Amino acid sequence: MALIMDYLVQGGQMLLMLLLAPLLTGWVRVLKAQLLRRRGPSLLQPYRDLLKLLRKEVVLADSASWLFRVAPYIIFAAIWVAASLIPTFAGGLLFNWTADLIAIVALLGAARFFLALAGLDVGTSFGGIGSSREMMIASLAEPAMLMVVFTLSLLAGSTGLTTVAHFMQVADVGLRVSLALALLALLMVAIAENARIPVDNPATHLELTMVHEAMVLEYSGRHLALIELAASLKLLLYISLISCIFAPWGMASVGEEGMVYLVGIAAYIGKLAVGGFLLALFETSIAKMRVFRVDQFLGAALMLGLLGALLLFVSRSL
Amino acid sequence: MNATASLQTVLEAGQPVAEHRPWPRVIVTPELWTTLSEGLARGSWTLLGLWGESGTVHLAVYEAPGEFGIASLPCPDGRFPSVGRLHPPAQRLERTIADLVGLQPVDAPDSRPWLDHDRWPVRHPLGSATPPSQTLPPYRFLPVIGESLHQIPVGPVHAGIIEPGHFRFTANGEAVVRLEERLGYVHKGIESLLQGASLEKAARLVGRVSGDSTVAYALAFARAVEAATETEIPVRAHGLRALMAELERLANHFGDIGAICNDAAFALMLAHCAVLREQVLRASMACFGHRLLMDRIVPGGVATDLPVDGIAILREFIAGCRRQFPPLVELYDNTASLQQRTVDTGFVKPALIQQFGCGGPIGRAGGRTFDARCQPGYPPYDELEFTIPRRTDSDVNSRIWLRIGEVEQSLALIEQILERLPSGPVHGALNMPGRMGEGVALVEGFRGDILVWLRLNADSTVARCHPRDPSWFQWPVLEAAIENNIVADFPLCNKSFNGSYSGHDL
Repeated sequence: MALIMDYLVQGGQMLLMLLLAPLLTGWVRVLKAQLLRRRGPSLLQPYRDLLKLLRKEVVLADSASWLFRVAPYIIFAAIWVAASLIPTFAGGLLFNWTADLIAIVALLGAARFFLALAGLDVGTSFGGIGSSREMMIASLAEPAMLMVVFTLSLLAGSTGLTTVAHFMQVADVGLRVSLALALLALLMVAIAENARIPVDNPATHLELTMVHEAMVLEYSGRHLALIELAASLKLLLYISLISCIFAPWGMASVGEEGMVYLVGIAAYIGKLAVGGFLLALFETSIAKMRVFRVDQFLGAALMLGLLGALLLFVSRSL
Repeated sequence: MNATASLQTVLEAGQPVAEHRPWPRVIVTPELWTTLSEGLARGSWTLLGLWGESGTVHLAVYEAPGEFGIASLPCPDGRFPSVGRLHPPAQRLERTIADLVGLQPVDAPDSRPWLDHDRWPVRHPLGSATPPSQTLPPYRFLPVIGESLHQIPVGPVHAGIIEPGHFRFTANGEAVVRLEERLGYVHKGIESLLQGASLEKAARLVGRVSGDSTVAYALAFARAVEAATETEIPVRAHGLRALMAELERLANHFGDIGAICNDAAFALMLAHCAVLREQVLRASMACFGHRLLMDRIVPGGVATDLPVDGIAILREFIAGCRRQFPPLVELYDNTASLQQRTVDTGFVKPALIQQFGCGGPIGRAGGRTFDARCQPGYPPYDELEFTIPRRTDSDVNSRIWLRIGEVEQSLALIEQILERLPSGPVHGALNMPGRMGEGVALVEGFRGDILVWLRLNADSTVARCHPRDPSWFQWPVLEAAIENNIVADFPLCNKSFNGSYSGHDL
């Protein structure tokens, strides 16, 4: 019985992530439009866009190989699995015990690898530019992310997210310099990973400035729908990750009953709304940085993560 | 001929054309033509235009501070000495002459076609207009030699809804090694349509050469017609024309300031500037009955008078701008992330700006002082007080600041015009002398100086009319502006130029 419940909760979590992801994207878009004093599209517009794309036929470039066709499914699957590993409204989900933060980083890395390959595979110059820029960003964002993971695991004694969240929730953590540094680093990585301003502009039509959009420029139909959905899921994943680690309040624990889960879901949606609002506010207040400045931005994230881990290590062992 | 002679002395050696106004037009010998080319190459004069008609090429030249002239070279054998050989700004104009009229520049360094993409039903539409007998060889882009270089073709169809143009980048990673433009995709054959058109039809056509500058084009055409027919128009019409011209400048500068910032993903500026632009358009609609002021300026005056409440509407609009614009300027000035993108990006050497005679904000951000409202000047600007903003740093940032400065000047100009707007008629009849006449006018649009040259038949239809967009001398400079920049900064440089495709491709 308990196992069935575990499956139900885990399944519910996966479904919830999938359903909420476009809503979060729509929410950020609406907020950004309102901040610019525009009315903005409906909250449900991303769902309509996905439906529209699913109904459209796929146009493939002559130069595209099987890799280009397969990549969207791999990318979507990897990111969906990664998202399902994050404790959102409840900790201690079935999958939480099978994979930790490092597995999440690896899954995201795999998705990115295939996206970059697909960008190169199609053979257009924009795909190549996008892939090369994406790899430049990744080469700094991934180590920075790992540094954050190390900081957290040093502190909580585990790389498992449920343990980390539980530790932050229950233990008397207090204010710690390492945690602040890790939060800052994680925020910077999240912005870069999700192709948001100032690293990339998700709304641009200027081919020459694109990073993420340049790689997916040749996709259409259901392939594009999967990629868009994966991008929305990734944004949801990062906001969930940040709120699970740094604001785990209201999260239900495993084995609890109905109402607690409902409270957990409400708290989770509240956190997403706040996260989306902060993202929209930040994006509106800043211009995109020069492509060659991105390495400095992410280099700073890497250093912050490293500093956090080092501080903790030094204060522990000496 | 003395190598350092003034333009006047050089032109006096030619044979003047009596019916041309207001500048002198002289028929010159090939020797004199070469002297002029050498003077242009030396930098004594600035090239204002180079165009052809069947059997003749015309060269419009400006000598600072205030001398203008046109030299015409008959070329009975269909060839003329290349100006571009000595003075690069003339090269694309010569290629265009070869495409449209069929006159060949001798010893021209670049003999590739320019506007003719081999898609027209005729060759040389302004000359022989014969169906093509054979296809043109494929267009060759300039070769680039070096290791690890790759090409990025961009356009003519872009990801956004903008005009078509092809940009061929050769890059080493992100660094641009060379940019070569290819334009001509929106050639509409306006010059052919103008031949034989009635004045009314021609005014509408010229007003549509580049839609964002419709007022400036209509004004230039009207002034050229009035020069050719020696017509004096009512003073109130001068005031209303200047009102419209400044409204158009405001609308475009607001749009450009916002659009440049938007290309650095700073959408906030675009959103606010778009509101300001919309206010201009609504004020234009309320005062003159057309949001973009199309067909409001006609030869002889203006088509619509200001309504009774027009002055009040415009005063209120100015007050609104004065309230809303300074906080935006402050926002631009205080957003470090935005300045980081614009400062030092897209730098053009002032010497190059001078050589190409770039007009408008691009020229004046790079050290030029030329403004057609002062030189040659036209009413009512001679009675108005305004300063022309000028900078020398010549980067994207300076082009934004220059536009900000011009916005402030335009607001002040509108106030002055409203204060002293005389009453009276707004349209007068044209003198129809019943003989041929030629006229030329230079008008300051928001992009720079627009030249319109025309010849009227005795029945006052247009025999030949050539509108020259300021973009002709700005597009080539953009190729230089992107040097030493990275590929991703091109949209920013391009938007800070905001060249017209339509006006250039004609």
